[in-house]
Amino acid sequence: MGRTHVDAVIVGAGWAGSIMAKELTEAGLSVIMLERGPERMTPVEGAYPESIDELRGAVRKRLFQNLSQSTVTIRNTMDQTALPYRQLAAFLPGEGVGGAGLHWSGVHFRVAPEDLRLRSSVIERYGEKFIPEGMNLQDYGVTYAELEPFFDKAEKVFGTSGEAYKVQGKIVGNGNVFSPDRSDNFPLQAMKDTFSASIFRDAAKNAGYHPYALPAANASRQYTNIYGCQMGPCNFCGYCSGYDCYLYSKASPNVNILPALRQDPGFTLIPNAHVLRVDLDSTKTKATGVTYLDTETREETSLSADLVILGAFQFNNVHLMLVSGIGKPYDPVSNTGTVGRNFVYQTITSSRVWLPSSTYTNQFVGAGGAGVAIDDFNSMNFDHGPLGFVGGSPVWVNQAGVKPIAAAIGAGGGGTPRWGSAYKNALINTYKHSLGIDAHGSNMAYRDVYLDLDPTWKDVYGQPLLRMTFTWKDNDIRMNQYVVSRIEPIARAMGATKMNLVHLNAGQPFDTRNYQTTHLGGGAIMGDNPQTSALNRYLQSWDVSNVFVIGSNAFPQGMGYNPTGMVAALAYWAAHHIRTTYLKSPGPLVKA
Amino acid sequence: MEPTLNRPLRRSFVKGLLGTTSFWMASGNASWTAALAAEAAHPYQPIFFDAMEYRFVEAASERLFPADNNGPGAKALGVAEFIDRQMQTPYARGENWYMSGPFQQGPANLGYQLPFVPRDLYRKGIAGVEHYTRQHYGKGFADLPPAQQDEILTALEGGSVQLGEVPGRVFFEQLRTNTLEGAFADPLYGGNRGLGGWIMLGFPGARADFMDWVNQEGAPYPLAPVSISGETA
Ligand SMILES: Cc1cc2nc3c(=O)[nH]c(=O)nc-3n(C[C@H](O)[C@H](O)[C@H](O)COP(=O)(O)OP(=O)(O)OC[C@H]3O[C@@H](n4cnc5c(N)ncnc54)[C@H](O)[C@@H]3O)c2cc1C
Ligand code: SF4
Repeated sequence: MGRTHVDAVIVGAGWAGSIMAKELTEAGLSVIMLERGPERMTPVEGAYPESIDELRGAVRKRLFQNLSQSTVTIRNTMDQTALPYRQLAAFLPGEGVGGAGLHWSGVHFRVAPEDLRLRSSVIERYGEKFIPEGMNLQDYGVTYAELEPFFDKAEKVFGTSGEAYKVQGKIVGNGNVFSPDRSDNFPLQAMKDTFSASIFRDAAKNAGYHPYALPAANASRQYTNIYGCQMGPCNFCGYCSGYDCYLYSKASPNVNILPALRQDPGFTLIPNAHVLRVDLDSTKTKATGVTYLDTETREETSLSADLVILGAFQFNNVHLMLVSGIGKPYDPVSNTGTVGRNFVYQTITSSRVWLPSSTYTNQFVGAGGAGVAIDDFNSMNFDHGPLGFVGGSPVWVNQAGVKPIAAAIGAGGGGTPRWGSAYKNALINTYKHSLGIDAHGSNMAYRDVYLDLDPTWKDVYGQPLLRMTFTWKDNDIRMNQYVVSRIEPIARAMGATKMNLVHLNAGQPFDTRNYQTTHLGGGAIMGDNPQTSALNRYLQSWDVSNVFVIGSNAFPQGMGYNPTGMVAALAYWAAHHIRTTYLKSPGPLVKA
Repeated sequence: MEPTLNRPLRRSFVKGLLGTTSFWMASGNASWTAALAAEAAHPYQPIFFDAMEYRFVEAASERLFPADNNGPGAKALGVAEFIDRQMQTPYARGENWYMSGPFQQGPANLGYQLPFVPRDLYRKGIAGVEHYTRQHYGKGFADLPPAQQDEILTALEGGSVQLGEVPGRVFFEQLRTNTLEGAFADPLYGGNRGLGGWIMLGFPGARADFMDWVNQEGAPYPLAPVSISGETA
């Protein structure tokens, strides 16, 4: 029996995969999207009240990746043995239709334009010597002006709530003064400030900073997007990060794209289909399709396709490239190869501020994307010269809904009791009267921080696990410490009776046991040089031109902003160039 | 809210719709049925723990989360029942952990590397603590006065005690985590009886609608909690 042939096969049904599937079916292609996890539909598993269950949700991790099938190994330094990431903690990858886009929070940023050309920008301002030894600082090879229409489109698909600062060169509102010009306003007005966010806004403004409402893919009003998909207004239910939204208020592929896509006869979605590899021809320069395993029947199937899109999430995309032989694996010793290079993450530390016992922060009230932030210490918005580090962090109060089990497990420690009556008393006080302030910062790339295949451990399909070599480096630790030190006067002005400012410590290794974010990046980055990037500026593999790799894997650096807005814009950008140029004459969009 | 009786029916509908092999759906299903069954039977008869083990869990969890001026402790909240019932879920069998060997130990910050799932940790951990307390105090843990129980828990937390194959600290963290889960999870799972955990924190449970309380200038939320089954306080 001959292999089934389609025009395009897409691996992964998250934001990246769903956007590409929509764009390519619109272009008239036949598309199969393969998702290793189960089908997921909001009216089924998202329904009230069963979905309002912290134990089954964020604690037992109902919607996240099941590590028993496949995981990664992690070590801090190249001389260590990497060990399996056996229990979900530091990051929470998605699985199932919608990917992590079903249970993300919804903070929906664009990009700080200078982050796209960070290497050039740093050199222009401070000279090349400012870049520390061993830091692989790189430009994306694409500009904000080029991406702007695609940021705009993504916001109109996600139904993003926000307050603009500048539209078509005119100052229109109270938005982020550091944000770049926009072609249009946000589709929906900003989410309301929670009480915690509102006092942060006032205190930050009084301290001379520039607070703004976080752009949120949580709908502040009802909304029908450009695909005819509908959202209802968010009620700050507080079961947001780690949950699907029972009100259809949080943007997800499931709510904002798939309802339209599923009706297209050219589109087929196959869940429970774990892609084992991209199949290449003998020259290793052309993909012939993919091979996947039906996780229910354990049957292997090969599909033939003209175009292969990887949208399996950052590190899964790198893993698929490595096991399939797409591109040259990165070797940190010789500093050659590109697949696995510039693996990056994000620095985040959460500080806590206690208010008087007459003031209730009602931390269970919240929406994943709502809050107030300042960008005064993000990107290139401040003078790094005297500080001597590259990068920065937005600082924000993003009260996404704190639930009791998470609050209780996290309470105590650092010299205060973690159990007993004194603990219980402190927990109650903290839950009722405190709030969190985060420094959510960049993470630079380093020569000895990378991804490759593990020599020892395997997944249930018999393939080697991906190995992460990752730790915090001095530049990023000092950046975090500096930004956190800026929080103190704000917290005082908020009326803090007590505060616990949390920052990274010198020499502190990355700890896989504590949640950071799921904002992993790099490993198959975009750029203008095939020696230092796995993908060209259209996210096309330099080596196998009918493979496009969509995701935060393309980021050369981890940025201060949350990644998904950028991932969505890059997906629309790549899709646009596939539709307008590639399909007319398949081949490399950039000459190597 | 729909009446409790409808739930299992809806669940099987869900199963039909999605296929039966989804790990997550199956696990939700199992714990739901167990929850309904256990609610009917009182007093609770442990299924996983034997009588000695169950007394240990009751006593130790009460020290970790004691009854005091602030409200009920682990015992009144049904934490031991919660933990016993959790031991019959995929979680306790480690079905969502990567449990393939080799098992090699490394620095703590690289995470859990033991070949034991929660059920093993309890079996081995409790036996280890009982052995330790008999050796050092001449009695089982549950029969010691609170001050001595606290001494033992402090030693476990501090990492100075090895419980056979299980480091004392690992067992302590397992017990602490599950105790706090039992105090604050929806009562569906057997703990947080009478919504006592949520009341202490001022947490409204499954209300999940705060349109009117996004910013009330720091005033406390006025409504008492409600659970998934519609229980209110
Ligand atoms: C709790 C949480 C909160 C978050 N909050 C925010 C936020 O507020 N703002 C923000 O910008 N970002 C946030 N993120 C990150 C955000 O979810 C991701 O950036 C985004 O979802 C990535 O989209 P993606 O399509 O690249 O990958 P994913 O959503 O991970 O989708 C990839 C899909 O591919 C599937 N897959 C993987 N391997 C294979 C294979 N071999 N075969 C077949 N299928 C495969 C996976 O199962 C998955 O469904 C959050 C993440 C989490 C976990
Ligand atoms: S907080 Fe809003 S967007 Fe988030 S899950 Fe609740 S209703 Fe949905």
